[in-house]
Amino acid sequence: MSDQIRRLAAARWRVAASLTAAMMLLYFGFILLVAYDKALLTRVIVPGLSIGILLGALVIVAAWVLMLIYVHWANRHHDDAVTAIREGR
Amino acid sequence: MTAETNVIAILGFFLFIALSLGITYWAAKRTKSAEHFYTAGRSISGFQNGLALAGDYMSAASFLGIAGLVALSGFDGLIYSIGFLVGWPVVLFLIAEPLRNLGKYTFTDVVAYRLRQRPVRIAAAIGSLAVVSFYLIAQMVGAGNLIRLLFGLSYEAAVVIVGLVMLAYVLFGGMIATTWVQIVKAVLLMTGAALLALMVLAQFSFNPLRLFATAAESYGNNVLGPGRLVSDPLDAISLGIALMFGTAGLPHILMRFYTVPDAKTARVSVNWATAFIGAFYLLTFVLGFGAMVLVGQDAIRAIDAGGNMAAPLLAEAVGGQMFLGFITAVAFATILAVVAGLTLAGAAALSHDLWVNVVRGGRTNPTEELRVARVATIILAVFSIVLGLAFKGQNVAFMVGLAFAIAASANFPALVLSVFWRRFTTRAAAASMVAGTVSSLVLIYFSPTIQVNLLGNASAPFPLSNPGLISMPLGFLVAFVVALASPEPEAERRYEEVAHRALIGEPPATTQA
Repeated sequence: MSDQIRRLAAARWRVAASLTAAMMLLYFGFILLVAYDKALLTRVIVPGLSIGILLGALVIVAAWVLMLIYVHWANRHHDDAVTAIREGR
Repeated sequence: MTAETNVIAILGFFLFIALSLGITYWAAKRTKSAEHFYTAGRSISGFQNGLALAGDYMSAASFLGIAGLVALSGFDGLIYSIGFLVGWPVVLFLIAEPLRNLGKYTFTDVVAYRLRQRPVRIAAAIGSLAVVSFYLIAQMVGAGNLIRLLFGLSYEAAVVIVGLVMLAYVLFGGMIATTWVQIVKAVLLMTGAALLALMVLAQFSFNPLRLFATAAESYGNNVLGPGRLVSDPLDAISLGIALMFGTAGLPHILMRFYTVPDAKTARVSVNWATAFIGAFYLLTFVLGFGAMVLVGQDAIRAIDAGGNMAAPLLAEAVGGQMFLGFITAVAFATILAVVAGLTLAGAAALSHDLWVNVVRGGRTNPTEELRVARVATIILAVFSIVLGLAFKGQNVAFMVGLAFAIAASANFPALVLSVFWRRFTTRAAAASMVAGTVSSLVLIYFSPTIQVNLLGNASAPFPLSNPGLISMPLGFLVAFVVALASPEPEAERRYEEVAHRALIGEPPATTQA
């Protein structure tokens, strides 16, 4: 395997694995909170908004943010490296 | 609402059928080869495929089921929605681009790329067909029940109609028709849900918090926090694993990535899909609370104990008969589209993986492959109608969870390892896919889901309702142990080609020559 491909594969794996780990941490953290501290999540911050609903919506927003980070990385770095290899640079 | 037949619903329903059959007719003229049948000629744009992915994923179960869950138990519905959403980032980070770069028609193409075809194809077809079958049963039984409730049609007639219309889409129009039916359905579903949510929020000065607060005044603050759904942490994590990693192993979702021209478009399409699906689940949350407040829990339970009619009842409450008809037709379109997507994925596993690559050893011509694909479609359509009729009156809600568990335990480990692990082998792939499928099936049989809920026993030998927590790690473990115990130098040697192609989209220059 060429060094170029090896470096690119390693970089892509690092990004993909860390972002997947981050998503798992957020999601399973939320689930554990749901399982172990129902009282906390039921607490109401302003009328109609409990901590649970706020955190749940934030998990969805966090999923979007992680994807944005990935897309940003891919557009900024990954695609150029792929093009370079494809064109034999 | 249910006894009398709703004219608008019937009209909307026929309009959708007419429109989708028109699409099928247009698509049929363009479906000349197996390539077109399976991948729509790889001509779908990222935005279109994003809509189609969302269409494949947002089943009637998530529209009606989650709205109902929220209406009856508030916050708990949100836990489900989040679980269904968080699988999408995983698809983006680990699967979409390598899958598009390495495969042709099915995800098995990727797993089998550098391995011996026969054992891998057979094992993967077992996993794919198991996922597709359980998913199909859940959809068909759901379709029968829903249409009976919504249109007053008999269960049997509903199942047969869904089966035949879906057969027409897939058989004649292949992936082009299926994709456009998904797109139309996704737009209808998003529009319907958004309109309904707007009409609800209009009564609360467009402030969702005021809606939630009104719900809390009537039903207590507990509807804003976790209820009974997550009582056992291990159970919740087990379901969470199945939902999160199952999405990345669903054959009908994975197949969609071959309909776009390249890996970058595949990436774009996951982003659109996740945006649509996330927005849709947030809307569903509003709809659920809207139904809780404006329809009332007792009225919802009176029609259907599971709460499945919450969204249609809400439509009737805020928009009258006409809007109820519209939402009903949308729910029906949703079922049809999902069933069509599943059937196409099942047909690909039967014809491309089993017939072409196992029976014929890869030696066929495109004409034969297309013919076999169409025969497989007919077989699957008949199979789904028969299953739909056979499971009448059964509680099949667990089958979607089971389908996700098999997808996470059989398909996901093999797919990830084949792309990212140099030392993966044929034996490891076959063993892990079989282990994932079998352990999911055995564990769900001994779980409370079957033993307590269906068979009425007092307790179950296996404590978790979903097998994911055990079966997915088992899939990975079996793969590691078998691969390390008996290495396959040829597969290891060819990993360079896989790594190159997964990134670049074409084989390295040396192997091209």
